[in-house]
Amino acid sequence: MKKINVGKKILSANEQYALNNSKLLNEKKVLCLNMISSPGSGKTTILTRTINELKGKIKIGVIEGDIQTDLDAQRIRATEAPVVQINTEGACHLSAAQVASALENLPVDGLDLIFIENVGNLVCPSAFELGENGKIVVLSVAEGDDKPAKYPTIFAKSKVLLINKIDLPSAQMDFDIERVKTDARKLNKAIEIFPISAKTGQSMNDWYKWLLKAAENQLSQK
Amino acid sequence: MHEAMVAQNLLEKISEEAAKQNAKPISAKISCGKLYAINDEALRFAFKAIAQDTMCESMKLKIEHKTIQAHCKNCDLDFDIEFSQPACPNCGGDNFELLPDAPLMLEEIEFQEG
Repeated sequence: MKKINVGKKILSANEQYALNNSKLLNEKKVLCLNMISSPGSGKTTILTRTINELKGKIKIGVIEGDIQTDLDAQRIRATEAPVVQINTEGACHLSAAQVASALENLPVDGLDLIFIENVGNLVCPSAFELGENGKIVVLSVAEGDDKPAKYPTIFAKSKVLLINKIDLPSAQMDFDIERVKTDARKLNKAIEIFPISAKTGQSMNDWYKWLLKAAENQLSQK
Repeated sequence: MHEAMVAQNLLEKISEEAAKQNAKPISAKISCGKLYAINDEALRFAFKAIAQDTMCESMKLKIEHKTIQAHCKNCDLDFDIEFSQPACPNCGGDNFELLPDAPLMLEEIEFQEG
């Protein structure tokens, strides 16, 4: 039996694509945020409302990741924001190579901010860097308040936690928002937490302010 | 099941090394930080499926999970963190930051002799 030491990163190919994406985006001074959540938490609704509300202030483009269909891309297209749909045909997360080809089909030069809406899944997308500046995790109140404890990785790695659908009656949801905040901050001191309702527009202002500030910082960076 | 893409990349890396060594690989050791949330069974299952009909198809995988480390700012101390009880073992406080997760690494490969 012959044994050799290898010591190579298994995901080096993905990392290389992520690095190239990040370089391109930084050169163009475009902020890129990777949005991750379970299916049905309201990612697309958050995006459509955010794009509409921030029209005239910031130019937003979207990369939509789904296993099948372009239903989400159609919803984004209705806002007139540029959008590229990626269909993963079964894969439960986006890869940096897919994002690289999507970027070729977006008018990156004219944009301030690109959202990558990852495939709905609270686990797998968090293992693959795409070249983004940060991750945004979305948790809707109907999913339960135990999710940061049960799925720690994505809460540990995200810059922002959006707690969505706060318009739903909390008594029926058994959702203790303070527990979510405490559990998320135990994993991640710096995480920004914004409870919102993308459907009604309730409490979205702090999220918009954070976004505008982050995009401005990216713009002023060399 | 992000293990499928990990398995695909792992097979490519092992095949490259096998070509260099001109030998049949029998087993490989990999390591990863716990934040990668790699499930051993899922990774072995995916690898077996992807490696079918290649020289790697009957390979054994040893998978080492590296603990997640945090840095306590009160004590200036790095420690292994348990998500069920996230606290500094020295001061019991929560003034800590998670350190970057250990990458997914192909550590070593064993080949058949001759």
